[in-house]
Amino acid sequence: MIPELGHYALVLALALGLIQAVAPVIGARTNDAALMGLANSTAPMQFAFVGLSFLALIVCYVTSDFSVATVYENAHSMMPLVYKITSVWGNHEGSMLLWVLILAFFGALVGVFGRNLPSTLKAYVLAVQSWIACAFYLFILFTSNPFRRLEQAPFEGRDLNPILQDIGLAIHPPLLYLGYVGFSIAFSFAIAALIEGRIDAAWARWVRPWTLAAWMFLTAGIAMGSYWAYYELGWGGFWFWDPVENASLMPWLAGTALLHSAVVMEKRNALKIWTLLLAILAFSLSLIGTFLVRSGVLTSVHTFANDPARGVFILAILVVFIGGGLALFAWRAPLLKQGGLFAPISREGALVLNNLFLTTACLTVLVGTLYPLALEALTGEKISVGAPFFNLTFAPLFIPLMFAMPFGPLMAWKRGDILGAAQRLTVAFGAGIVAVAATFAVASQGSASLAPFGIGLAFFVMMGAVTDIVERVGLFREPLSTVRRRGSGLPRSVWGTALAHFGVGVTLLGIVSVATWASERIVALKPSQTISLAGYDLTFDGLAQRAGPNYREAVARFTVREAGIPVGLMEPSKRDFASRTTTTTEAALMTRGVSQLYLSLGDTSGDGSISVRLYYKPNVLLIWLGAVAMAIGGGLSLSDRRLRVGAPKPAAKPAMLPAE
Amino acid sequence: MTRKQRRLVLIGSSLGVLAIAAALVLGALRDSIVFFNSPTDVAEKSIPPGTRMRIGGLVKPGSLQRGDNLQVSFAVTDGKTDIAVHYQGIVPDLFREGQGVVAEGRLESGQVLAADTILAKHDERYMPREVVDALKKSGRWQEGEMKSSGSGSR
Repeated sequence: MIPELGHYALVLALALGLIQAVAPVIGARTNDAALMGLANSTAPMQFAFVGLSFLALIVCYVTSDFSVATVYENAHSMMPLVYKITSVWGNHEGSMLLWVLILAFFGALVGVFGRNLPSTLKAYVLAVQSWIACAFYLFILFTSNPFRRLEQAPFEGRDLNPILQDIGLAIHPPLLYLGYVGFSIAFSFAIAALIEGRIDAAWARWVRPWTLAAWMFLTAGIAMGSYWAYYELGWGGFWFWDPVENASLMPWLAGTALLHSAVVMEKRNALKIWTLLLAILAFSLSLIGTFLVRSGVLTSVHTFANDPARGVFILAILVVFIGGGLALFAWRAPLLKQGGLFAPISREGALVLNNLFLTTACLTVLVGTLYPLALEALTGEKISVGAPFFNLTFAPLFIPLMFAMPFGPLMAWKRGDILGAAQRLTVAFGAGIVAVAATFAVASQGSASLAPFGIGLAFFVMMGAVTDIVERVGLFREPLSTVRRRGSGLPRSVWGTALAHFGVGVTLLGIVSVATWASERIVALKPSQTISLAGYDLTFDGLAQRAGPNYREAVARFTVREAGIPVGLMEPSKRDFASRTTTTTEAALMTRGVSQLYLSLGDTSGDGSISVRLYYKPNVLLIWLGAVAMAIGGGLSLSDRRLRVGAPKPAAKPAMLPAE
Repeated sequence: MTRKQRRLVLIGSSLGVLAIAAALVLGALRDSIVFFNSPTDVAEKSIPPGTRMRIGGLVKPGSLQRGDNLQVSFAVTDGKTDIAVHYQGIVPDLFREGQGVVAEGRLESGQVLAADTILAKHDERYMPREVVDALKKSGRWQEGEMKSSGSGSR
């Protein structure tokens, strides 16, 4: 009964979606307020019905209803409750339902909180949002129905893929999807603006919070995914340049560019057409990402679901929305009026530079990801494009971007003073130089010669972000009371910018440290033997067997000593999941400051020895802490009074003048 | 500066960055891509020793040998041809005889692959697509023998 209810709710959501896809457009065309207003109630109702459908699926998983095919294939009655819930989206069908749930959620938010939007713009936005939603409802109902019943209900499920039986599955996909799908709002706004043939600074002010929110979730989602892969896959890598990772990185790069160009558009009424294009591209790349992940056209190190037949359907959605969006852009964009003027050396100029490098970097990632597909289609040759390609192309484009980053916020709008900015960055630059020198002095020979410059760049970026705040509050120049007053008067978006930029430096510091000074040992050990790495001695105390809820595990105990003093235990394990005849390796991590020791087990051999892989990862946590700082920075900006979603627009600004 | 000059600066710098990116991409595509071969491909094409490549197929039952110091050697087969692979290190959890595997490394003389990366599937129901293709080519693959579908997310 419950599965049918969920299925039916989804069909009803589709029906509502079809109404919302058509009625508001007719309303906007004929200036019929009632038809346009219809979308205000259908959008939250769609969300309610998809929510009901999702809830029904959760109930199926929690009650272990194995008569439902996806539950049978991906759940086990002995799983802890949290994994029963997370396994809802630990498979293709359920994760697509989560996708549309979030899509409907964003649509509902626009419907409910978009009171200040002009009625025609809102009608178009909600209609476009509903076009996307309908495409995906149809996709789910026709190719990936999560509620499909089995003729005979088995007694026990086949269990969730053990790799996914982790708290990471509870956090990572929802965050990532909030990011991916959040860009649909920017897309819908862009399409609506193109249909209306009108775009202005107010448009940017409405789009920016949504983009910022999506970007924030995507940043956190990617960071979480990276950390999950790091501790779960047992190789100690944090980024593999895998197609599935690139699929999430590309919308992030385009979204970051969009975030910055929308600022120019809002503040200076310039870069209108470019911002529209980026809004279309950011969501298009999210769709491409969904296609790459879901269709299985590329081989990935990560766990994912795929089925080529579904790939064709998603490809069709992709062609319609990306092709349609770009065609509409090509047709309508020339009608939009060009915006304000600015000198190349200015805040706008700096943001253009940022956009230029971000989109080019995004393009190289796209080329690297799709090239194997294209080559195979054309010549039949199979290749893999891996880390070396991306290190050679992505890094050279990101280095100048990061070097330019501290200059941007110090530049004035319209006409900037690069020498003045450079002067104010003297301290930050000094910090960078000191870091380079210190690294050269401390680092032993044999480390890559470029690493100290990477460390220097990281310090320059971090201190540059600090400089921005110091300059604005007048620290060291003004009396403390003035500083405090200015500090509390500073808009939160300024703090957000500084924190996010600081985070970029922190992440860079982590990446350079790990790439250069990480060390690794792989050995076979017998009980009571010791391995040493980076000043730590690990003694193998022995193996023990333990039983988990749906697995058995062999746990190896290691005592960790630093300079002879015990600092803790590490217990990596191997888990055997009988229901899947699968083994997983659970690495043990020991955090020392922001560095980590990473220990994972290999095979046991006949003579009682066990092979282990031990890594020392200096400053590794900085990689994710930096990303967290970026996401928090985004949140701070979002909480800025001037930007808050649904905040009334300043009455004084004649924002609604058509730009034609 | 006039509007026209400003636009020229913008377009010029965009083209400059794009040109640099294109040069980087082309350079990297020449030097850092790895070709995928089935064992039969390796036997038939005369590939010079020292070439980096990926091979995929099944781990031949009975061929797996473990030596001292985490040495592993095995044969990758597509049913027609076998290629010997040497590897030092820890193999993935789902690396087993008779299962699909992708090995990346350098081809040594005598058609032996010195692998530095071993990828196995992560799920008993999922087979790397490259392995499926290699098996299909040699005629060892029957449609529906194993659904090429995995499970999970990402």
